[in-house]
Amino acid sequence: MLAVSAVLGILALALAWPVPVALSRADWPARTPAAALALWQAIALAGGLSMIGCLLAYGSSPEGSLPATVVALAPHLFDGPLPPGFGVAEIAALTLAVAVTLLLLLNLALVAVRAERERRRQHQLIDLLSDPLPGEPRTRVIATPVPLAYCVPGIRTATVLTDGLIDALSPDELGAVIVHERTHLDQLHHLVRLAFRAWHSAIPWFPIANRAERSVVTLTEMLADDGARRAKGDDALRSALERVGNAGESASFADAASGADPDGAMLAARLDRLGSGSNASRDARGPRIAALAASVVLVAVPLAGYAAILGIVP
Amino acid sequence: MEVLWTNDAALTANELRDTLAVRDEPGRTVATTTMLTVLSRLERKGFVARTRDVRPHRYHALLSREEHTAELMHEVLDRSADRDAALARFVSTATAGEAATLRRLLDELAHR
Repeated sequence: MLAVSAVLGILALALAWPVPVALSRADWPARTPAAALALWQAIALAGGLSMIGCLLAYGSSPEGSLPATVVALAPHLFDGPLPPGFGVAEIAALTLAVAVTLLLLLNLALVAVRAERERRRQHQLIDLLSDPLPGEPRTRVIATPVPLAYCVPGIRTATVLTDGLIDALSPDELGAVIVHERTHLDQLHHLVRLAFRAWHSAIPWFPIANRAERSVVTLTEMLADDGARRAKGDDALRSALERVGNAGESASFADAASGADPDGAMLAARLDRLGSGSNASRDARGPRIAALAASVVLVAVPLAGYAAILGIVP
Repeated sequence: MEVLWTNDAALTANELRDTLAVRDEPGRTVATTTMLTVLSRLERKGFVARTRDVRPHRYHALLSREEHTAELMHEVLDRSADRDAALARFVSTATAGEAATLRRLLDELAHR
């Protein structure tokens, strides 16, 4: 049981620091965003599972499995002597495991509730202020010169455009923007983003969570871009991105491209992919297969650890 | 809501119903009670206010359409964590152009 704890601990450490740093610096995710997104989710899931599993395995080592430990400790939960073999370290590990689990789950619930409230408010205002765009279902137009496009995900969805945006873009470019937003909605990107948002807000002092959330947001944007490219072509999307991203003065864009501002860097990365053409997708086969295989292995290791902790395998 | 926005004076539920009946197809009038239900719902959400000192109560829009729009744009452009989780923008950079346009809109509203 101590060996299981050690293996899971090493995995948790690796997934908390070197692996996410390496992945967020790699350049292959831009070529195969779907596989990279799967890998990020595997890292987050495996990281959380192995951290909690490491504590559980250590805490239940005197009895050999978690169910046996619960049986041994339950009668003495509030008083009485500790059963033989259990010391302060074991009890602390078990308590910490429960606390971390609760922290992560409660935070997920909290972030989900807040996002839902924000969406409901958005729908109220959108219902009152916007008109439907003819020919495009669930797409609304708001009368304001601010050039803006966004979508409200959830059970009830809406894609919102502004007059300012429609004036600024050609019909093809506008079509690309609409398909981009619809791809977000169809692929349920908000759920992945929500999970990483919750992870980040549960451990805000942890620099990796910030980096992970940023990468996940960029990858979902790239996936939505791919949807728009398939439907409307690279050129329409590129000019739409340049025009909306560049709606103000060119100075702000030059700053952004230098990487000083993370949002600008994200826009630059998205534009970069559009220039590289179709041979990029051929190069992506190796990374894609490697990323998917790594995802499966990453999740399988802590699950095997849990089988040992629960006493299913010796 | 549209009628309340275009009317400067506050309206009673009956007047509002009659205006709506004339504007939409004649002959399709909603009941006053329905009107009151809709109005109280709008009141709860903070879109309309009512004057309670005379009966029947008179309703007026709390904010103009432009003010609501500016507020909505403000919420979408605001990059706080909760908003980020709830919405997905095409380009997340709040560009100088968007910010400047929004500021001008808010100024215009403030000077009115």
